[in-house]
Amino acid sequence: MKNYKVRMGVIARSAASMLVLGTVLAACGPEGTTEQGAFVEINKDPYPSSYTPLPSETTLITGANILDGKGGMIEGGSILLENGKVKAIGASVEAPTGARVIEANGRWVTPGIIDVHSHLGVYPSPGTGSHSDGNEIGEPVTAGVWAEHSVWPQDPGFGRAAAGGVTALQILPGSANLIGGRSVTLKNVPGRVAQDMKFPGAPYGLKMACGENPKRVYGRGNNPVSKRPSTRMGNVHGYRQAWSDAQAYQREWEKYERDYKAGKDVLPPKRDHRMETLVGVLDGEIKVHMHCYRADDMGTMLDLMKEFNYQIASFQHGVEAYKIADRLAENNVCGALWADWYGFKMEAYDGIRENIPFMHKAGACAIVHSDDAGGIQRLNQEAAKALADGNKVGLNISKADAWQWLSLNPAKSLGIDNVTGTLEVGKNADVVLWSADPFSVYAKADITFVDGAVVHDRSDASKRRVSDFELGMPGEGDVK
Amino acid sequence: MKMMKSLIGAAAAIALSSTALTAVSAEDIAITGGTAYTNGGKGKVENATILMSDGKIVSVASGGDVPLGYRTVDASGKWVTTGFMAASGSIGLGEVGSWADNSDASAAKAKDGIALDVKYGLNPRNTRVEITRIEGVTHALSHFSSAKDQWVGTGAVIRLAGDTPGEMIIKNQAMIYLDADEGSARSNGGSRSVLWPAIIKKLKDAKPKDEAEKEDKEGDDKKDKKPKEKSVAEKNLAALFAGDTSLVVYAHRVTDIEQAIALKEMFGFKVIVMGAREAWMVADKLAAASIPVVLNPHDNLPSRFDMLASTGANAARLNAAGVKIAFSPVDTSNTRLLPQAAGNAVAMGLPWEAAVDAMTVNPAEIFGVSATYGTMTTGKDADVVVWNGDPLELMTSPDTVFIAGEEIPLVSRQTKLRDRYLNIPRAPGLN
Repeated sequence: MKNYKVRMGVIARSAASMLVLGTVLAACGPEGTTEQGAFVEINKDPYPSSYTPLPSETTLITGANILDGKGGMIEGGSILLENGKVKAIGASVEAPTGARVIEANGRWVTPGIIDVHSHLGVYPSPGTGSHSDGNEIGEPVTAGVWAEHSVWPQDPGFGRAAAGGVTALQILPGSANLIGGRSVTLKNVPGRVAQDMKFPGAPYGLKMACGENPKRVYGRGNNPVSKRPSTRMGNVHGYRQAWSDAQAYQREWEKYERDYKAGKDVLPPKRDHRMETLVGVLDGEIKVHMHCYRADDMGTMLDLMKEFNYQIASFQHGVEAYKIADRLAENNVCGALWADWYGFKMEAYDGIRENIPFMHKAGACAIVHSDDAGGIQRLNQEAAKALADGNKVGLNISKADAWQWLSLNPAKSLGIDNVTGTLEVGKNADVVLWSADPFSVYAKADITFVDGAVVHDRSDASKRRVSDFELGMPGEGDVK
Repeated sequence: MKMMKSLIGAAAAIALSSTALTAVSAEDIAITGGTAYTNGGKGKVENATILMSDGKIVSVASGGDVPLGYRTVDASGKWVTTGFMAASGSIGLGEVGSWADNSDASAAKAKDGIALDVKYGLNPRNTRVEITRIEGVTHALSHFSSAKDQWVGTGAVIRLAGDTPGEMIIKNQAMIYLDADEGSARSNGGSRSVLWPAIIKKLKDAKPKDEAEKEDKEGDDKKDKKPKEKSVAEKNLAALFAGDTSLVVYAHRVTDIEQAIALKEMFGFKVIVMGAREAWMVADKLAAASIPVVLNPHDNLPSRFDMLASTGANAARLNAAGVKIAFSPVDTSNTRLLPQAAGNAVAMGLPWEAAVDAMTVNPAEIFGVSATYGTMTTGKDADVVVWNGDPLELMTSPDTVFIAGEEIPLVSRQTKLRDRYLNIPRAPGLN
């Protein structure tokens, strides 16, 4: 995990004590003393996670068909959740004294689903204009905005997603901008403020967008010409200029640090929050998640990332990913995809139902994503359709392998696969107990666990999430 | 050479499909050995022999013989249903939703929304037609999606086959579409207090005068005027009052749905409620008024203030109360996902039989096409799908699709893209 602690104070003090000597040495000049000011270092985590796991009890699930999330299946197996972690998993696991034992009786257990593309909280329900907090449209590059500053934890969609087995999700800004701003990865638990949901240690993401949306939003209407991309080539010019600006900004700070360490009394560059985020990408600390549909757009972006020496973690939507699945595999870029959405705009016209399995076949990192408050409730169903379509043309993918599209691959693209995404001893107990084979339309998440704690239980009305918004409303506490 | 071959193929395909729907010489087909559901989700027949001739169902019998001259389609171990119908959407009226300038579904500049007729926009070669029907959704209500005000045109029940709009349309003016939800109140006057009085006035004005009233009026006229020919909109409204079509009221909030019920009480014509997020709260009233409901089973979020009580149990509760239901797809391009939506309704408590009814016999009855479509009954169109499993399941798909007795090739622009990229080509388009 990244060391995010604030080092400014420490460095300032040691620098000051170092300077006592430095001052003596440097003070010989005719102008007198050049005492250095405090060294300024940017706090990279000013809105830290305040997440604490909910109370959990030691839980043993027995007699379950377990998909471990890395391609394995245990029929009639057991899994033990203790202190928020997976403690044991196998054909048979002994129940510790006092543990809650759940007889699965052939029900299925999987890792919790992770959705890498959600706008819950930033485009919440109800979708009133006053709730529309997902896209800072002002200009094409708004890398300085952070989605977490828009997240409304009372969006009823979070609870619905928990009922669909979703244990973690990335909230992204919208796709109007070339560079839309920072994403945030959340644990799907109730919180009073967004920080209560923040996934501890998860790196930030940066939302970028290809193609039609930026050129439509900025290239039409009354937008001043200077702010326009109105073509795909205009889009690419916009990204390149932004990365070049970021490189210049990065050099300014490097020079500041160099000069300071050389004992000079230098002022730091003025902070530019847009540039800070972009530099975070160039430094490898922030992961790029880029909305792109067309194969040719994605091909251009693969060159762009090489030109500026950064890595794209994922293409989002990638409706034509199947056309360049080999290149996405080579370049280690995931495709976060729908099972079968297509045709709602020109760049989605070539969508096919086999997009996800064709990515899998090419050895690329395939992810099932939603981008939708309804779809996030049924991601297992999307994987099932994609699996069936792939196998219909002879790919022979197992259900156990397909589950990687829902948990391990998303976890990898978000940089949290060291702690979640599979059912392995020591990993977070982010687990779903399904009423039946989750590749069936009739399966429901019976219980969803985050860090071993129950965040949804279909059989227990008190574990049916009711957001503050829903209190006192028609339908409060109803089955959903 | 290659091109010549494909042109010949295309010509043959066109010839085939045009004969099929004009129907005298459609192939005689026997589907044998499957489990057939002959009456929506009911009327289960094991080891069914389904005979189809001249585009119509001849008979369905367990273990029935196959007459000479019939081509046999083996459906052993398969499920056989009537092709499904989506009860909403704009299929055939545009290729691409956003910024592609090819949609005929919205008509912002229409002079009178009630006059709008889909037949001018329907395109049998729209790619969504093939993309949808190869998934077993063979029929749809296709209607306008927006117009200049709350009167959003009419709609037709279509089959997803045929070479002309006329061959696609089973019943035109199958509904008049009235948009009466929260959004409509905002754009059409700003308030429900403007919207609803305007609706009621329009309908009162259109209501046929009774005979005495008519004579009085005619007597007042000094000159013997020739009766003015009715406008299209007037004819459509007259058809509504005559019981030949229905008023679809798109509404969600309980009070708006209650207004729809009141319209039926006030005018006596047929009313259908569409959207209907909160319909379950007044299920008994809807049942008592014999008002069917078209809904999307997925809707379970309070997406707006007129949708606060949304729940996935809507379909199950309405059905349990005796309301006839049918399903709308989440949007037109996803029309093919209707069986998934139905499966989700089942997971929320709707009986399987009722879910299949909601995609066959119910929409047929609701929109007035049950004489030809909706069940596997002697004399009805042979709209039959052979599935490789439970049709509501995610991993099931059709093996064979017949529309009006014509076997539909399981090919679309998407399957062609799939086949081209199954092994990624170096130079797509050159073999």
